[in-house]
Amino acid sequence: MPLDTLTFVIVSVIKSAITLLILLTAVAYTVWLERKVVGHMQNRWGPTRVGPFGLLQPAADGIKFLLKEDLTPPHVYKPLFIAAPMMAVIFALTSISVIPIGNSFWIGNHPIPLQITDVNIGLLLILGVTSMGVYGVALAGWSSNNKYSLLGGLRASAQMVSYEISLGLSLVGVLIMAGSFSLREIVDSQAGHFWGFIPRWNIFHGQIIGFFCYLMAAYAETNRIPFDLPEAETELVAGYHTEYSAMKFAMFFMAEYANMITVACLATLLFLGGWHGPIFGPRLMQVLLPIFWFVAKVFVFLFIYIWVRGTLPRFRYDQLMAFGWKFLLPLSLANLIATAIAVAW
Amino acid sequence: MHLTLFLAFGAVAVAGAINLLAQTHPINSALSLIAVMAALAGEYLLLGAEFVAAVQVIVYAGAIMVLFVFVIMLLNAGVEEHTKGSRVAILLGVPGMLLGSILVAWVVLRHSGTGSVAIGALPGDPRTIGQLLFHDFLLPFEITSVLILIAIMGAVVLASKPQAVQKGRDH
Repeated sequence: MPLDTLTFVIVSVIKSAITLLILLTAVAYTVWLERKVVGHMQNRWGPTRVGPFGLLQPAADGIKFLLKEDLTPPHVYKPLFIAAPMMAVIFALTSISVIPIGNSFWIGNHPIPLQITDVNIGLLLILGVTSMGVYGVALAGWSSNNKYSLLGGLRASAQMVSYEISLGLSLVGVLIMAGSFSLREIVDSQAGHFWGFIPRWNIFHGQIIGFFCYLMAAYAETNRIPFDLPEAETELVAGYHTEYSAMKFAMFFMAEYANMITVACLATLLFLGGWHGPIFGPRLMQVLLPIFWFVAKVFVFLFIYIWVRGTLPRFRYDQLMAFGWKFLLPLSLANLIATAIAVAW
Repeated sequence: MHLTLFLAFGAVAVAGAINLLAQTHPINSALSLIAVMAALAGEYLLLGAEFVAAVQVIVYAGAIMVLFVFVIMLLNAGVEEHTKGSRVAILLGVPGMLLGSILVAWVVLRHSGTGSVAIGALPGDPRTIGQLLFHDFLLPFEITSVLILIAIMGAVVLASKPQAVQKGRDH
């Protein structure tokens, strides 16, 4: 029985609001986690002063960002200078809309899927929206009227266009195996086990190289160490956001972490079996466990992100480009061909 | 609902195209073009061609236009001067454009009696597109790939330094 329009609108608005709230909280606490984990890796404590274990630090940071003076330097191209951070954050938040975090639950007779919308081109939509995300960074660099910002923006656009190809190709292997673009169907295709105990996730199902390509390309797409050349502090002051202050700077920050979370969700859905995991116990636990498994896998992926940041040095720019075009692209192409042959067999 | 959305996306596309011409700064024109591309993607979506819509955004708005913006940023192109337009453009261009529009409208109206198609009735799903591209239209598809390959090689030759080309000729 289909929902009527009014119910549909109300449910969608509620789901969007809840998703945004969860995502923004997750962004704030990913920042906290990063500061804490990197701190411990470097033999420091990280934030400790605000709240127990520094847990209220994100709130303090948020208040500080809101209250600081929002400085617009002279000679910037104002319309784009203001629009660029908004673009970055809008595209970063939009892509979460098609990510499912669990099975549907039921209100009366209506199935309510645990995602804002289940479109049949979900994966392509995410790729499209993230490919638009580069404009925020590129235009910020250009409109700031600053050499360092411009170099950061140029690097970002070249890097993101280059690695997007490998990112897309590394996902095609999964698509061939699932035979669908819908994220829900891709997750459902990974249910079950091999020999009764190894889960049938794509990463154990011949897509380990695809996962590696995805991981590398995703790090480059989100401008994270070891590929954070667009904001390399040692060369470019702060790269594309050098001239930004207060909430505008915070928007870039939010966009970066929201993108990290989207990438982690996507990795979980495509390679790590989504919300599949051991389900046991009473009825309530059976409902909550899939969501728990999903969140746990996303958390592990984010932890690896931070771990890498605490471990690896930054690439040189020519190394970055050579790695992307001469190693990653052929590797993801080979993975695609091998998968196609294996499926056709 | 569909018609309203269709008209709204169409209006955005037309407004973006007019803005593209009216703006004097290249980067504003490029951004208007992105709006046009995105609006076209919306139109494709409403016609039931989800895959084409997604590809429109990924390829045109997300990759090709990034390169446009990239080049504008690198060249740091200044503000363009607006001319009043040449007399030839006004004398020939305006009537020519009118004639063209009338011709297109006439053809469309004449053939609209052949029946209408419900939204989503035309195949636009990836499976059908794959079948069409790699089965029914394989030869044109491959020829297009070769064309693009030639264009890539041309770009590489043009981009390489003249010295290197000279060396290549000597050997």
